[in-house]
Amino acid sequence: MTTTVERPVLAPPNWNPLSLWFSDGWTTTKRNLIKIKRTPDMLVFAVIQPIMFVLLFSQVYAGAIAVQGTDYVQFLMAGIFAQTVVFGSTFSGSAMAQDLKDGIIDRFRSLPMSSSAVLVGRTNGDLVLNTISMIIMMATGFLVGWRVNSSMGEFFAGLALLLLFSYAFSWVMALLGMSVRSPEVINNASFIILFPITFISNAFVPIETLPEPLKTFAEYNPVSALVQAARELFGNEGSAPVPDVWTLQNPVATVLIGVVVLLVVFVPLCIRKFAQISSR
Amino acid sequence: MAIIEASGLTKTYKSKTGPVHALSGLDLSVPAGTVKAILGPNGAGKTTVVKILTTLIRPDAGTAIVDGINVLDDPKAVRSIIGVSGQYAAVDENLTGFENLEMVGRLYHLGGAASRRRAQELIDLFELTAAGNRPVKGFSGGMRRRIDLAGALVFNPKILFLDEPTTGLDPRSRMALWGVINRLVDNGTTVLLTTQYLEEADQLADSIAVIDDGKVIAEGTSDELKAQIGGHRVVIALVDAADGAAAREVLARYGAGEPQVSSDGRGLDVAVTDGPPALQHVLADLRSAGIELHDAGMRRPTLDDVFLKLTGHKADLAADENEDEKQELVK
Repeated sequence: MTTTVERPVLAPPNWNPLSLWFSDGWTTTKRNLIKIKRTPDMLVFAVIQPIMFVLLFSQVYAGAIAVQGTDYVQFLMAGIFAQTVVFGSTFSGSAMAQDLKDGIIDRFRSLPMSSSAVLVGRTNGDLVLNTISMIIMMATGFLVGWRVNSSMGEFFAGLALLLLFSYAFSWVMALLGMSVRSPEVINNASFIILFPITFISNAFVPIETLPEPLKTFAEYNPVSALVQAARELFGNEGSAPVPDVWTLQNPVATVLIGVVVLLVVFVPLCIRKFAQISSR
Repeated sequence: MAIIEASGLTKTYKSKTGPVHALSGLDLSVPAGTVKAILGPNGAGKTTVVKILTTLIRPDAGTAIVDGINVLDDPKAVRSIIGVSGQYAAVDENLTGFENLEMVGRLYHLGGAASRRRAQELIDLFELTAAGNRPVKGFSGGMRRRIDLAGALVFNPKILFLDEPTTGLDPRSRMALWGVINRLVDNGTTVLLTTQYLEEADQLADSIAVIDDGKVIAEGTSDELKAQIGGHRVVIALVDAADGAAAREVLARYGAGEPQVSSDGRGLDVAVTDGPPALQHVLADLRSAGIELHDAGMRRPTLDDVFLKLTGHKADLAADENEDEKQELVK
């Protein structure tokens, strides 16, 4: 106890607000990247689950579900990609709830940092995790016969669209996590949302096979648009006619509009919620 | 001049069993460069005061000014001059002790090099050098607590808020923390701490505010408070309970108030204004009366004594869960 602790107060450097925002966002992102590295169960979930989905669906349903103009594996992959990135957003919800429970939210909120930084770092962490999942899934898909039949540019556009949607959806889950406040509850609650929006869609079956009113729900479900967009950009759409609704006829535009709407609504809601929460 | 000025702070939490009044018109004033202790039992509202002053929650009514800044108007300006350590260790489990502190430094905008240097200094100061590079996940409760306290000191703050800082610390770490606090104060830092222990308030604080049911019920220096409750207490234990009445008479002769008798009739104590001479007199009188003793001595007043005197009820330690429950409800 002989070390000197007292030194002159370090004056914060006079950075401009934008570089402060980037610095805070990077600091909290790094925190979440370290968490990914040190939480093996999270990595396992992000890596093993997509492999399982690809293998199970492609081997179990391939014989039973007929898709016009292409085989089921080609049709399936975009659906699995979309499902995985949407499910991946749950991490933001459970992580925010866990942070609240652990009390570290109080530490962050008492620091002179950007009020959105914790959320930015959290959603960035999800983005990295989803990118890892995506690479693993694509490799697994390739092994079971999935092929991209489009240009390099279209392929990357499809990848970017999937990740963009997952990023926007992470903010929805983050708000849910801060509202529910219990990591256990969030996992259960999120499935109530995630199962319908991923399964009542064109992800695993052609939309025209669905009965009403599920068919109408699926046609306007943003996840359907995401799947349709990815299928088209990867060149896996087959020859079946696309349902004659605007959202599926213009899937890329629909996804982009959906992303903007989600971000415009949920980013401010999240930041406002974050400014009001306190642990315990 | 007061660097912390709170007046009329009111906060009510909703709960299933009806509203819980955490604060009901609390006033507090802390002069710059001094240490103020908020002393009170669990559920008295200590944590709520700290959370309001550190911008974590908003009061329902009342004003709080920290270093001339209204916490409601400009919370960010307040955050850039304070250090906070809450009642529970606010650390990231997956980061090492060092990484936790470095992160806090960066979020105070100290820059990378200064943050790392500062993190290492604090790790050494709190004697966590051996464990500093392991994830906090594997730390004991006391070690987590120390990392959290170090987090409050990363940026030498103008004002330091410590909510029950020594709860869960071993005596050695407690002494270390007291040392750090004293040195910070020597350098001009203002400290507001909460505690359940009169001894701690006594050791550290220039002034103590005793709170109960969300209000300040007494305020003053440790000596002033102790004078109110009669300073030390003389405590004796009889060999034979039959001597009780005679012993009680002796204690009453030198005591400042009514002697208290334990339920088995063999333990007696009384508040005295001047400890050692009173003890000597009591012992001499007991000896000449031929009363045999198991034990005799003086003790300092405890929080319970303070409360009994000020409120007529004991500091309700059974209300342990109260504060937690209230915090549960903070939305």
